[in-house]
Amino acid sequence: MRKTTNQKAWFMVLPMLVLVAFSAIIPLMTVVNYSVQDTFGNNEFFWVGLEWFEEILASERVHDALIRQIIFTLIILAIEVPLGIFVALNMPKKSGLWTTLCLVLIALPLLIPWNVVGTIWQIFGRIDIGLLGYMLDQLGFDYNYTQDATDAWITIIIMDVWHWTSLVVLLCYAGLKSIPDAYYQAAKIDQASRWSIFRYIELPKMKGVLLIAILLRFMDSFMIYTEPFVVTGGGPGNATTFLSIDLVKMAIGQFDLGPAAAFSLIYFLVILLISWVFYTVMVQSDKGAGA
Amino acid sequence: MDLSWMAWTLPTAIFFISIACALLVMIIWAIKAPQAPRRGILGLETTPGDRLFISLLGSAFICLGWLAAFGSPIWGGLLVCIIFGGMVFKWV
Repeated sequence: MRKTTNQKAWFMVLPMLVLVAFSAIIPLMTVVNYSVQDTFGNNEFFWVGLEWFEEILASERVHDALIRQIIFTLIILAIEVPLGIFVALNMPKKSGLWTTLCLVLIALPLLIPWNVVGTIWQIFGRIDIGLLGYMLDQLGFDYNYTQDATDAWITIIIMDVWHWTSLVVLLCYAGLKSIPDAYYQAAKIDQASRWSIFRYIELPKMKGVLLIAILLRFMDSFMIYTEPFVVTGGGPGNATTFLSIDLVKMAIGQFDLGPAAAFSLIYFLVILLISWVFYTVMVQSDKGAGA
Repeated sequence: MDLSWMAWTLPTAIFFISIACALLVMIIWAIKAPQAPRRGILGLETTPGDRLFISLLGSAFICLGWLAAFGSPIWGGLLVCIIFGGMVFKWV
């Protein structure tokens, strides 16, 4: 039988290509163009070569923001992933009203816009009118997220955990629900301990969704902007100035478009590299499991 | 069409045209001589497209590393990038 070759299906990709071009490729090209030039507005640009890249790579301010960002992301992953697994493991497995209620309650924080989450926690943590701040103050704790760097960090971390652990829970729960009962029955016959069931049945079966959860939480926490900006504005001092907050300060606050463009390209490359590593691990482990 | 808002320069235009040409060459190569994915020294299963991506991403970091260590110009870094790209296509 003669194989029919029909490449017309490629035209179906064109609308998506046009969309990606306007939403990503053209803006990215513009950022690259800005990163090698200086401007004082009025659409006038002056060639500076790689000067901005050298400045950003040597900038202590950027190094500090990067260190803060890495610490924040590691703390977020270290809390949200185990907590998400723990909650998912303790969710009711059988379908019913209780399960539906649990799922709706857990999904609720995910439905709230980022700036609203920031506003909620900004008010919640205030010692004069916020429930959390007022209670801590009454209990004798010296809590003030606007003046104390540790308090600001704790507030932002708890806020992020409250907002995003649900995502990990839902993904892990979906992974757990896909495990056939036969696996648990076999474990019961073998008198496997709870830890063994988790280690040899649940964790391997959750691996795929767990990697997606880690990737999503990594990318999102590494690019976090709105919530800490609304709560602390990057303060006190620069204590919670993460990479994206620093970038926006540079681009819009100081109107240093050239350095900000170089900064955003380096930022983009770091995220691209780490996301590629995660993606490769995911794909390769899938192939390994399928082999 | 006025593209002055994109602030084009000759070097950045050459940079993007080079990437577009590389993609075009890869497409023609894939049509003329299709290649199955292979497993290289990293133990990863890669297609020629994957290898191009690894070369470009790696080259970006090599250039940044060169800039941080020696400053501009980065001709030496570009030479390292070409050698790195060749190694990726040969062994990865």
